[in-house]
Amino acid sequence: MQILDRRLNPSGRSLPNRQRFLRRAKSLVQEAVRDASAKRDIRSADEGGEVSIPLHGIREPSFHLGQGGIRDHVLPGNKEYKEGDEIPRPPGGGGGGGGSEGSPDGSGEDAFRFVLSREEFLSLFLDDLELPDMAKRRLVDGADPAWQRAGYSVSGTPANLSLARTMRNSLSRRIALRRPKPEEVEALEAEIAALEGQPDHAERVLALRAELEKQLLRTRRIPYIDPIDVRYRRFEPVPRPVAQAVMFCLMDVSGSMTEDMKDLAKRFYTLLYIFLQRRYKHVELVFIRHTHEASEVDEETFFHSRETGGTLVSTALEEMRKVVADRYPPNEWNIYAAQASDGDNAAGDSQKTARLLVDTILPACQYYAYIEVGREGEHGIPGFPRGPTDLWRTYEALVNAGAPLAMKKVRHRREIFQVFRELFAKRGVVEGATA
Amino acid sequence: MNIVVKPESRLLYEGAEWDFNTLMRVHDACAEIAGEELGLDWYPNRIEVISAEQMLDAYASTGLPLFYRHWSFGKHFAQHEALYRKGLRGLAYEIVINSDPCVSYVMEENTATMQALVIAHAAFGHNHFFKNNELFRQWTDAKGILDYLEFAKGYVQSCEEQHGELAVERVLDSAHALMNYGVHRHRRRAPDLLSEQKRERERREHDEKMYNVLWSTLPEKASQPAARGDEERRRALLQLPQENILYFLEKSAPRLAPWQREILRIVRNVAQYFHPQRQTKMMNEGCATYTHHRILTRLHEQGRISDGNMLEWLHSHSSVVMQPDFDDQRYSGMNPYALGFAMMEDIERICREPTTEDRQWFPDFAGCGDPMPILRHGWAEFRDESFILQFLSPALMRKLKLFHIVDDAGQPVLRVDAMHDERGYRRLRRSLAKQYDPAWQDPDIQVVDVDLGGDRKLILEHRVASGRLLEEQEARQVLRHLASLWSYDVLLREVDPVSGASLREHAVSPPR
Repeated sequence: MQILDRRLNPSGRSLPNRQRFLRRAKSLVQEAVRDASAKRDIRSADEGGEVSIPLHGIREPSFHLGQGGIRDHVLPGNKEYKEGDEIPRPPGGGGGGGGSEGSPDGSGEDAFRFVLSREEFLSLFLDDLELPDMAKRRLVDGADPAWQRAGYSVSGTPANLSLARTMRNSLSRRIALRRPKPEEVEALEAEIAALEGQPDHAERVLALRAELEKQLLRTRRIPYIDPIDVRYRRFEPVPRPVAQAVMFCLMDVSGSMTEDMKDLAKRFYTLLYIFLQRRYKHVELVFIRHTHEASEVDEETFFHSRETGGTLVSTALEEMRKVVADRYPPNEWNIYAAQASDGDNAAGDSQKTARLLVDTILPACQYYAYIEVGREGEHGIPGFPRGPTDLWRTYEALVNAGAPLAMKKVRHRREIFQVFRELFAKRGVVEGATA
Repeated sequence: MNIVVKPESRLLYEGAEWDFNTLMRVHDACAEIAGEELGLDWYPNRIEVISAEQMLDAYASTGLPLFYRHWSFGKHFAQHEALYRKGLRGLAYEIVINSDPCVSYVMEENTATMQALVIAHAAFGHNHFFKNNELFRQWTDAKGILDYLEFAKGYVQSCEEQHGELAVERVLDSAHALMNYGVHRHRRRAPDLLSEQKRERERREHDEKMYNVLWSTLPEKASQPAARGDEERRRALLQLPQENILYFLEKSAPRLAPWQREILRIVRNVAQYFHPQRQTKMMNEGCATYTHHRILTRLHEQGRISDGNMLEWLHSHSSVVMQPDFDDQRYSGMNPYALGFAMMEDIERICREPTTEDRQWFPDFAGCGDPMPILRHGWAEFRDESFILQFLSPALMRKLKLFHIVDDAGQPVLRVDAMHDERGYRRLRRSLAKQYDPAWQDPDIQVVDVDLGGDRKLILEHRVASGRLLEEQEARQVLRHLASLWSYDVLLREVDPVSGASLREHAVSPPR
């Protein structure tokens, strides 16, 4: 009799099986994740959660008897039946009987439900998305270099002693300088011992002794390992390229932007942030809000404080230009910008906005996305009842002229995931990416 | 048995808390009763305390403590986990493994009383059954199983490293689909899992020794039309007809690599190991439930379990042996615990206080007094089907109010064929026994022929019983797996065993 405590065994033993399962059901799970993400709240977007996938894709088939034929059932709990009674067939086939039938592993339902962790959820959600492939990497100096093997050196710490290389040098030096091998010395000594005391070999012994003397001297003079043999493994610091990104959040906070619209914008920013975080080690955030004037603020102010005033989009771009020039040199940083607005802009500002964007902002950015948020239900009939907004028209002209600008309209938060996916879909797998 | 113990020291434990010493005391107390009073005979026990997550783990890999990796176990784990987290399903209190020493897993969350219940149930009841039942003795190798699983896990992993996860997964998928047909039903040679590892290693060494790269440079011989051999001879050579499809593929599939054959063999060995469990589920649970009931009742009589704790285990005991009626919402087939326990108690009743009816039905042991020799004999020599045929009494049939209905798809109504009355007992008993016989429940499918002279088509036959054909969609999926292992066309004929007429055919080609 033995009692063992297994509780301390490492947990997560089933992880490899789980990974295999997810790989196997990847396309199904991915679809389910997409469906689930459309329904869920963005605040919980980066949490895991329950998804359900159709069972048929992951079925483990085996031979089973189908419907039809004659079946026997022995059932407990008879109340009124007598032998020979006829019972109308219960609706739905098996009905009262069929205890031994049904699906093999007790999963009678046609959907398979299980829980994904946050990591799994995100990686599946973001799996076929990619950042525009022009990420810049900057070589940061000093901070945390990578060490790389770089040959051997004659000096170093004992920990880095390369024994094999040292012994190789020692061996070749010993051969080159003809250091007597221990076997040779032993052979001499043995011969002397054998011949000693025999008068007719006295001369020979004398010669042998002289030879032995010489050999021993030589052995002492030529050391087994000489300091010049010793080699150390050498390491060289290599500056590690660091991919870093800054994300600019631009938002119109004038009176026409309702809380709902801000909420939509926030959802989009959150997604983008999560996405960037997965691609870059280091992601910084800059919040710029604008009315008729723009300022850089912290996140809290950005989303929650109210402002009044007109709307001049160019001021935000100007502010962004300044911040970029100040702190984020484009050759060192991957710059992402997402602008959210309800599309209003002062009539005379469009020209200036377009010029700023094309001349300074876009060249500096990896990616610039414009999200036009609207009220839910604003579009009763397909298309906009109001027609395109000022800003939309301005940007559309730029896009048509070939500017690298992505623009989307969002009306409801369930569209956010879809829009996000369309913006970042891998080229070639864009699924009907029309606005 | 008069052991003089001070009253305050008689209780094995108090309250719900327990530690390893408690488990040890409980085990020894149970052993005393199981040995002296019940005359059980068990493998040495090893009790392992595990957490809920580890229990889920064990669930997922069919209760085995270590197993090779496959996505389906991940699927089962995810499924159980989702149900468990939502509180829809509790976890088993224990899992017990047919091994020597016999490993019982007990959950850390269990109360002391539950641990006592579990130890009496698994470490003595199941353990005795595993060690003594003829099927287990014949078909499983309790000593070798843990080492074999270790080997299987390592082997599959090394295959994954050499040939890639996907290639291994394909073979395992196909083998799993045929797992129910990886069993020798009629062999009488005890398996020796320990020598399996050695066998595999020797084969590989032999292959490596014999390998000569020159042979691979020979141009392939143009296939010459094989002379139409004697059909009988061919079938004898291939050991046809063959009910063990995996065995057949392992030995005869023309294009499998040695490692693929070895994986088929592993799946086959595991299937064989589980084969007795399917055939003795009801008895096994009945034996374990009866054992824990006897042991714990006696412990209470001896004053070693308090009244409160007695009520606690009786509560779980009675929910385990609950049998809902067929028209109850909770009904999901016969509860093996309920029927098993009821039969064991019934045998005890027949031995101790038989009625005239019992004396008629069971003349050889009715009224013999001590039920244990009868029960031990039953547990050793029978399986569910034969046990029911032998021991199910009219009294129990009446008590359970069993009745038998025939569901003929050709008829508009169901017919009550037999019920618990004088005319029905024997028929009822026969039908219930049949319900517990895997040979009746599983479609009877065998490999019958291979067209060696022609296109190497593999021909299987399903001998249709009671006009019940295979579920077509799933059968095709399984056949696709079969074809991918066989590498040539596969044909499954569903034939009427009486007239020999072909009722339906499924033909599948291997995936390109």
